[in-house]
Amino acid sequence: MSHDNAAAPETAAPDMTGITRKQLKRMRRFDNPWNNPKLIWGIGLLLGIVLLGVLGRFFWDPELVFTGAGMPRQGPVGIENLRGQVGTWAHPLGTDVSGKDILALLIVGAPNSLYVGVLASLIGMSIGIFLGFSAGYTGGRVDDVIRVSSDVMITIPPLLILVVVQASFGDITLTMMAILIAAFVWQSPTRLIRAQVLSMRESGYVQMARLSGASNMHIMFREMLPNLVPYLFGSFIANVTTSIVTAVGLEVLGLGPQRVPTLGRVIYDAISSAALTQNMWWWWGFPTILLGVMFIGLLLINLGLDEVSNPRLRKL
Amino acid sequence: MGRIPLSYLLNRLFTLFLTVFIAATLIWIIPRLSPVNPVDVMLGRMASGGGSVENSGAILAQLTERFGLNDPWYVQFWLYIKNTLTFDFGISTASFPTPVASMIAAALPWTLGLMIVSLIITFIIGNLLGALMVWEHTPRLWKVAIPAAMVFTSIPPILSGLLLMYIFSSQLGWFPLNGAYGLNTEPGWSLDFAGSVLYHGFLPAMSIVVVTFGFWALGMRGLMITVQGEDYTILAKAKGLRKRYILYRYMIRNAILPQITAFALKIGMLVAGQVLVERIFAYNGMGKLLYDAILDQDFPVIQGVSFVIILMTAVAVFLVDLIYPFIDPRIRHGA
Repeated sequence: MSHDNAAAPETAAPDMTGITRKQLKRMRRFDNPWNNPKLIWGIGLLLGIVLLGVLGRFFWDPELVFTGAGMPRQGPVGIENLRGQVGTWAHPLGTDVSGKDILALLIVGAPNSLYVGVLASLIGMSIGIFLGFSAGYTGGRVDDVIRVSSDVMITIPPLLILVVVQASFGDITLTMMAILIAAFVWQSPTRLIRAQVLSMRESGYVQMARLSGASNMHIMFREMLPNLVPYLFGSFIANVTTSIVTAVGLEVLGLGPQRVPTLGRVIYDAISSAALTQNMWWWWGFPTILLGVMFIGLLLINLGLDEVSNPRLRKL
Repeated sequence: MGRIPLSYLLNRLFTLFLTVFIAATLIWIIPRLSPVNPVDVMLGRMASGGGSVENSGAILAQLTERFGLNDPWYVQFWLYIKNTLTFDFGISTASFPTPVASMIAAALPWTLGLMIVSLIITFIIGNLLGALMVWEHTPRLWKVAIPAAMVFTSIPPILSGLLLMYIFSSQLGWFPLNGAYGLNTEPGWSLDFAGSVLYHGFLPAMSIVVVTFGFWALGMRGLMITVQGEDYTILAKAKGLRKRYILYRYMIRNAILPQITAFALKIGMLVAGQVLVERIFAYNGMGKLLYDAILDQDFPVIQGVSFVIILMTAVAVFLVDLIYPFIDPRIRHGA
């Protein structure tokens, strides 16, 4: 017996389930819902793109985005173009038909796309939070007006109105484009928040706060808003995606900012110069892949956030 | 129509008209806020075409009068609304004097056809795959493959279109690079033409399907998880019904209902995505018309196309709202 007692603490775990303390700590760490592989991968991919934009400027000359920066129609390193010239390290990802360096275009263009998406979504969210709370909490006539107008605006595709705007005004800045897009991304957060506020309004803690004489502002923003944080995050990310899709759509149609390099603009130039038939795949291929990575990152973040706020999804 | 109460119908009709009215108003106001004058654009085009324009002052005055730009704004607005609601969008300035309505009428069937086909395919594939993600009897391989395919969900169809076009048209040469039908096939009700249309439409439709099925699959997955735990599903299992019967008649049948309303929220994005796909594939639809109009600064066409597409979206949402009570007998509107 004494032999057994002496051996036990060294080999087996101190508790009944046979799990060592180290394993237990690991499990606790991994049990944290925020420690979600999808979320982490998504954030990682997006951070990579941000880093490309921020650090890229130190390693690569952003001035190369201008016409005539290098030999036109160069392939990426080691790739031969139609004239039989082999790409060199001077332009690792090749150049377009007017000699713009593709790597520099990516470094300058990618942050521009993200900037438009995040700014438009931030503005849209702020409007959505304000209107959603006003509608859900105040009710009555205010609610009717906000509900109907968000129902109406959600059916209008932003791209088409923005095409009209751009076609009549000509060149616009990135910030202007973000503000215009924001005018079409407030509807879904408004609806979402309104629905949540309506269901929370009758819940115990809100009634408690009301009974203890808290002001409407206090109830809305200090009591209710913190409960909505996971939804708001999810909605924010979804809106960033929508905004970037709309911005890229405008750029691919040849609209959008004319003087700032954007990824959509590069694709537009490539398509209109028949890069597909001339087999200059690097011209449209790299921006397409980079945008794809950006969207996949955003999707993963959104899926991860879904799992964080809805434990039922986590089992899968 | 016994099932749909009048008040509900009127409510939806009101929203439909309001949507169309607001869209029309926006399309009208925006160009008027801009400093660009359409008459100048028209004159510029004439000047570039014919070298010099004689009596340009007189032409300018006449054009201004012809477009009614001297009338007060409310008269202009009233005329515009009246014309728009009767599908009279004026005359194209780039391919003068073709009426915009006839250009749109020629392009609309292509867009509608491509949209309906790709929507039906995505809806079926997406919902089926979403259901299979949750179903406990799905083969293991599928359980791994479906989430992997979902990665492409949030990519806009232009990007997938570019990639598919490069691989299958440019490199492999399996599909044509552009157009909606072959140049040497006569449009008409022949087998030859139908085959050509299907052949040309395959890649554009695929590039939409590949990136949009995930939206439905994700929604379906969430709904199926809820349905899976419901008492009626457990009872069906306890009764010993066949697995597939439970999947189709009990689980999917109940989970699919909210998916149909999700349609209303998504359709705007789908339409916009398709416009861009048409532009890449040079498909003879509204997207190409819009793109050409933007290049030519052809304002009446831009306005007309935008309006018709918004109208299509609004009508689709309206129809979904009306059909819904027939699909879900539990819904009793306004009762």
